[in-house]
Amino acid sequence: MEKFTKLTAIVAPMDRANVDTDAIIPKQFLKSIKRTGFGVNLFDEWRYEDVGEPGKDNSARPLRKDFVLNQPQYQGAKILLARENFGCGSSREHAPWALKDYGFDVIIAPSFADIFFNNSFKNGILPIVLDADVVSSLFDEVFANSGYQLTVDLDLHQIIKPSGETIQFEVDAFRRHCLLNGLDDIGLTLQHQSEIETFEAAHKAKNPWLFAAE
Amino acid sequence: MSAKTLYDKLWDSHVVRQEEDGTALIYIDRQLLHEVTSPQAFEGLRLANRKPWRIDANLATPDHNVPTTAYDSVEDIVDPISRIQVQTLDANAQEFGITEFGIGDIRQGIVHVVGPEEGVTLPGTTLVCGDSHTATHGALGALAHGVGTSEVEHVLATQCLIQKKMKNMLVKVEGTLQPGVGPKDVVLAIIGKIGTAGGNGHAIEFGGQVFRDMSIEGRMTVCNMAIEAGARVGLVAVDDKTIDYVKGRPFAPKGAQWQVAVAAWQDLKSDENAEFDKVIELDGASIEPQVSWGTSPEMVLSVNGQVPDPSLETDAVKADGIRRALSYMGLEAGMAISDIPVDYIFIGSCTNSRIEDLRQAAEVLKGQKVAPSVEQALIVPGSGLVKQQAEAEGLDQIFIEAGFEWRNPGCSMCLAMNADRLPSGKHCASTSNRNFEGRQGAGGRTHLVSPQMAAAAAIAGHFVDVRQLIGSNQ
Ligand code: SF4
Repeated sequence: MEKFTKLTAIVAPMDRANVDTDAIIPKQFLKSIKRTGFGVNLFDEWRYEDVGEPGKDNSARPLRKDFVLNQPQYQGAKILLARENFGCGSSREHAPWALKDYGFDVIIAPSFADIFFNNSFKNGILPIVLDADVVSSLFDEVFANSGYQLTVDLDLHQIIKPSGETIQFEVDAFRRHCLLNGLDDIGLTLQHQSEIETFEAAHKAKNPWLFAAE
Repeated sequence: MSAKTLYDKLWDSHVVRQEEDGTALIYIDRQLLHEVTSPQAFEGLRLANRKPWRIDANLATPDHNVPTTAYDSVEDIVDPISRIQVQTLDANAQEFGITEFGIGDIRQGIVHVVGPEEGVTLPGTTLVCGDSHTATHGALGALAHGVGTSEVEHVLATQCLIQKKMKNMLVKVEGTLQPGVGPKDVVLAIIGKIGTAGGNGHAIEFGGQVFRDMSIEGRMTVCNMAIEAGARVGLVAVDDKTIDYVKGRPFAPKGAQWQVAVAAWQDLKSDENAEFDKVIELDGASIEPQVSWGTSPEMVLSVNGQVPDPSLETDAVKADGIRRALSYMGLEAGMAISDIPVDYIFIGSCTNSRIEDLRQAAEVLKGQKVAPSVEQALIVPGSGLVKQQAEAEGLDQIFIEAGFEWRNPGCSMCLAMNADRLPSGKHCASTSNRNFEGRQGAGGRTHLVSPQMAAAAAIAGHFVDVRQLIGSNQ
């Protein structure tokens, strides 16, 4: 996984609550057996006028002009500003794959759905939870200033506004460690192989029916 | 020793190690795999040259992408991309030696129907699946999480999941339900009350007389939708019903082990004085049949209610949500729920496709006809075995005579990855669990209801209070 340390980028505002993973990446794109290539279909139903299908040439599809990511001032955005309960619904990891593939590295919201929050870290996306008031004021600033950028510094747990003002955020020590070092969870877990084996042997002694007879 | 909740007990008995910040490695007893969220996980294993930690802990079955019309083999899946995905599951199961109930196997079906049906889901276990409705299995007193694909791979490779303990939440529903009001209405009423984020960060235990009285399949319907209240985990304490349900199933403990297992399962309930971080109470007797009107499961009301008016909502974000939902759903503020016409009926999904669900729908549909204004009415059983049982009871004939299409098992129009889709602008009375925009097909308008309410709507051509029909049918 790529390392994440510090980033300065344009902020795109997704001004609605309860954005679900079906909206982030509609189900017809889940038929892919790959992890990449979902970015062009991110928010497909909101982004394009017609109905998207896998294999369709997306460059030829008519765009919905009023959709935020289609507006010129948000091109190249790497930070998504969102409302409550972002990423609710289906557990599809295709949602963070699509966001990452599109170019988002950070999502800021007052709250996230649990599974999505977890999936984001595993794909090098940093989800940041801030107070609803703070998020609202960031929305105001984004709307008021075209080309609005924020700096996110994971090392310092800080968001730095264009004015120089900083906002502290919290992130789990373990997740931060993994993001900063680009670590792979499986490799980390397998460092504890003998502990897993010890646990498993005791567990099997207690619950033999959970294991196939040898 | 301090009092523990059921969730605490399940958690404690599976902790392999714990970091200082609370991040823990949890041992996973069972993993269910399906075609949509597993290919990238198997690919990851191959790329890293890893083998599954324990083959016998996994069970695979295709469900999301399978056709529900007659077919003989995988080759009959018309859409090439869907076909490749199902074939990829077959190939991965074969390569890694994992048991699969493939297309054509009578045991194939929706993972969350198949797991309990086969006794793969057992009390006291931890179970994961790359699907958010894995919460379903908590109905049997199992700690069951939905996980993402990276976690599917992680569990395949290590038999463990990296987790932080959630908080404990108790949803208590006391009293007795009215006739015609079922598990689906209970869970929709709960979501209507606490909202789709109400359970975020929590494991919800469903307690109280209503759940004690409820069948195991009913409890599955309720736990299934815990995720719609934001909770990854839903749980019901183990009781005699749980044990009776598990007994004799193919993967359940047998012989001398059965007695040992049953003894071990006796303690799978929250201790008397266990403390919950959050407690919500509802009165079971006052729950009415529910119908969702909007584009989130929390946008739900009694069938006798009226669609809300955004101008009466003081919270600006909420008012905006109501406005968007009304416009997407093509509804007027203030209109009666019972005035909403239904064009499509879908009875199925991991929420409501078990035999009891089909019996309940059949009870309402017996000797009745689907209204002429209804364009399509589908019944999709949750597994091949459910289908077989329904046919043995003659339920299929009741459905077919009423004008329903009797299909093969799969997820079908719950999420419309296969050919079963709700057309744009059409209203569907659906027993599934999500009414998000486009969920059942681009532009489709989903109304979540119980099987009885879907059956009643099919007959009337609009939503009706099934309690009236039940009265007149008997
Ligand atoms: S029936 Fe619907 S909710 Fe259940 S697993 Fe299938 S797609 Fe998901």
